[in-house]
Amino acid sequence: MVAERSGADILIEALTDLGVEVVFGYPGGAVLPIYDAIFKQKKIRHILVRQEGGAAHAAEGYARSTGKPGVVLVTSGPGATNAVTGIADALLDSIPMVVITGQVPTGLIGTDAFQECDTIGITRHCTKHNYLVKDPAKLGDIVHEAFHIATSGRPGPVVIDLPKDVQVATAPYRKPATASLPHKGYRPQVKAEPTLIEAAVEMIAAAERPIFYTGGGVINSGPGASQVLRELARITGAPVTSTLMGLGAFPASSPQWLGMLGMHGTYEANLAMNEADLIVALGARFDDRVTGRLDAFSPKSKKIHIDIDRSSINKIVRADLGIVGDVGRAMEDMVKLWKVRQHQPQDLKPWHARIDQWRAKKCLAYPESKKEIMPQHAIKRLWEATHAKNPIITTEVGQHQMWAAQHFDFEGPNKWLTSGGLGTMGYGLPAAIGAQVGNPNALVIDIAGEASIMMNIQEMSTATQYRLPVKIFILNNEYMGMVRQWQDLTYGGRYSESYSAALPDFVKLAEAYGWTGIRIEGTQELDAGIEQMISTPGPVMVDCRVAKLANCFPMIPSGAAHTDMILQANEVSGEMDDEAKALV
Amino acid sequence: MHIKEETVERHTLSVIVDNEAGILARIAGMFSSRGYNIQSLTVADVTEDETISRITIVTAGSPEVIDQIISQLDRLVNVHKVTDLTELGPHVERELALVKVKGTGDHRIEALRLAEVYRARVVDATISSFVFEVTGGSEKIDKFLELMREVGLIEVARTGVAAIARGQEPA
Repeated sequence: MVAERSGADILIEALTDLGVEVVFGYPGGAVLPIYDAIFKQKKIRHILVRQEGGAAHAAEGYARSTGKPGVVLVTSGPGATNAVTGIADALLDSIPMVVITGQVPTGLIGTDAFQECDTIGITRHCTKHNYLVKDPAKLGDIVHEAFHIATSGRPGPVVIDLPKDVQVATAPYRKPATASLPHKGYRPQVKAEPTLIEAAVEMIAAAERPIFYTGGGVINSGPGASQVLRELARITGAPVTSTLMGLGAFPASSPQWLGMLGMHGTYEANLAMNEADLIVALGARFDDRVTGRLDAFSPKSKKIHIDIDRSSINKIVRADLGIVGDVGRAMEDMVKLWKVRQHQPQDLKPWHARIDQWRAKKCLAYPESKKEIMPQHAIKRLWEATHAKNPIITTEVGQHQMWAAQHFDFEGPNKWLTSGGLGTMGYGLPAAIGAQVGNPNALVIDIAGEASIMMNIQEMSTATQYRLPVKIFILNNEYMGMVRQWQDLTYGGRYSESYSAALPDFVKLAEAYGWTGIRIEGTQELDAGIEQMISTPGPVMVDCRVAKLANCFPMIPSGAAHTDMILQANEVSGEMDDEAKALV
Repeated sequence: MHIKEETVERHTLSVIVDNEAGILARIAGMFSSRGYNIQSLTVADVTEDETISRITIVTAGSPEVIDQIISQLDRLVNVHKVTDLTELGPHVERELALVKVKGTGDHRIEALRLAEVYRARVVDATISSFVFEVTGGSEKIDKFLELMREVGLIEVARTGVAAIARGQEPA
C-alpha cells in the first residue's frame, strides 16, 4: 500500500523523480499549495521572476543552453496568460518546456471565478500538448508523460493545468514506467528508414553542387549531432549553411561554412542555395525567412529533407526525398553507409570555386566610421574580446539580432539563444537569466536593442536577487531599428512610431537595480567598455550608442528571390507595391 | 491587390483518437487555426470500453494541403491513426438526414411519393406534416432535399458523413 499524499506533493515528487533541478515561477492564489510544498523541500530550486512571461523565456534559455527541459510554474488567469507568449515562442522554436499552471478549483471552472481563464483552450494551439488534471491519482503519470512528450520527437512546450482542489486532494503516487504512460498513440519516429538513408547517400555522392542546409533540429538532437554534422561535411566536402536557429551546430571557422542563409543571410549562402543541384535539409523547415520567393527558390536542385516532424516535410517546399527521423541518428547512419560503400564525392572544386567568387563580394562589409560606432563593428569587437571564453549569447529581436547572427561567430552548439520563429522582443534578458542559472560559470551576454530590452526590463531584478552575473550589451540607436529599416525600404522613410522616445538613462537604471552600468559613446571607448563589462563581477548593463540610421544588410526583401539580394543601402528604393506590402 | 483562391478536391479522412475531453476542440481548432476547411465532421466512440473514438472528416484542399492536414492530424498526441479514405480507394460513405415537410393535398402526396423513390422512411406524421428519415451518400441527400424544397420543406437535421473502407481489412 503506497501512502497517499497531496497533489502538490505528488507534483514535486514527480518533478524530483524526473531530475528537475530548477523551476522558474511566480506564486499566486491558485498555486499556493504547490508553493507550500516547494517551501518544505530542498531538491528543487525555485527562481522567482518578476513577471510570468520572464519565467517562460528563462525556462527557454535554460533549456536551449543545457539541453534539459525548462520548467515553469505560474498561477491561474493572468499568471497563465502572461506565460503564453513564451509558450508560443517555445512551440515555434521547438524548445522542450513543461509549464504548470494553477487553476481555480474544479467546482468553479466555467463560472468566471476570480483569476479564472480557460488555460487549456488558450494554450491548445500553442503547445505540443496540454492537460487539465482533475484527479490527483492521474497526476503522477501525467507529469511523467508531459516530460516525455516535451523532450521526445520534435520538442515543444507542454502545459499541465492543475486546479487548486486537485493540489490539495490526496492519492497514491508511484513512479511510472515510460511504457505505461496514458497516450499509447504517441510514438515519434526516431530511426529513419534505411532504404531512404541509402537513397540520400547515393544522391549526395552523385551531386556536383551539393549544400547542407541545417536548422535548429541539429541542436535539438543533442551535441552529438553537431559532431556528426562535422564528419558528414568532412567526408562529403559539401558546403554548409544554417538557419538562425541552427547557428553553432557547424563551426564558423570551417572553410566549408557559408554563414547563415535567408533574409539577412550571406550572399554566398543564398547564391549557393540558388545554384545548388542538391539541397540536404537537416532539421530545418524551409521557413519563409529562409526561402524568400517560393517559386524562385533553388530552382535547379533536388531536395532531401530530414526532419523528425513529418508535417515539416512538403509543408512549404516539395522534397524529392523526405526522411522522417531524428536528424542526428540519420546523419550517423549516412556517415556509416558512406564509409562502408567507400564513396568519394564528385569533384567539387568548380563548385567551391564559384562559392569563393560569391564570398569575394564580402557581403557583410559595412561602411566604416571613425566617429560613430557602427553596430556591426561593435559586435565584431565584442566577439574578439569574448570568443575565447566560449560565451553564451542571447538576443532580443530586431536589427541587433541579425547583426549578432551575421558577425558573432559560433564554434559549438547551445551557445546561441534567440527567438527565431515567433520573433519575441523581450526574450533575451530572461533567456540569459535562464542560461546563467543552468550554466553558473559561463559568460552570458544578452545582445540587445534599446527598444527590445524595455519589454522585459523588470527581470533585471531577478538577476540581482540570485546574483546572476549576466551582461546586457545594448546597441542603442534610439529606434526600433528593424521597423525603421522596413519603413525606409517600403514606406518612403515615413518613420511611423518607430522612434524610441523617452528612454531611461540605462546607466542609472542599472545602478538602481544594483547592477553596474557602463556607457560607450564613441569608437575610442568601445574596447575599453567591453573589457570593463567582462571584468566587472556581477550583472552589467552596457549602453553602447551606435550609428542611429545604420541598416542591416545584406537583405532579401520580403517576397523576393535569393538572387534579388540587396547588398547595400544605396540599392534600396523607397516605396514598394501592394503585393510586397502584404508580405510579412 | 486581391486575395487569390486555390483549386480544391474533396477528401474523406478517418481519424482514430483517444476518447477524452477536449479532443474535438483540438481537431476542429487545428483546422481553423491553420486555415483548413471542414465540410462535415462526425464523431462517436467505437470500442467496447469507450476509450477510442472514430472521427470522420470531409475536407477540401489542394493535394499539398490534404497531405499537410493528414500530417498535422497525425502529430497530435491523442491521434492514433489517420486514413485518407479517398486516397485509399473503395469505401462507403453514408449520411442520415431527418427532413420535416409541411403541406396538404397534392404537395403532401407528392412528398410521400418522392420519399418512397428515395427509400426515405416516415418517422413522424401529423395531418399536415411528415418527418422523413433518409440515408445515403451526400449527393443523394442533397438531391432529396432539393426535391423536398418544392413540396414544403420546413427543417433539416443532417448527421454528416460516416465512412469506412470496403473489404475485410480495417483501413
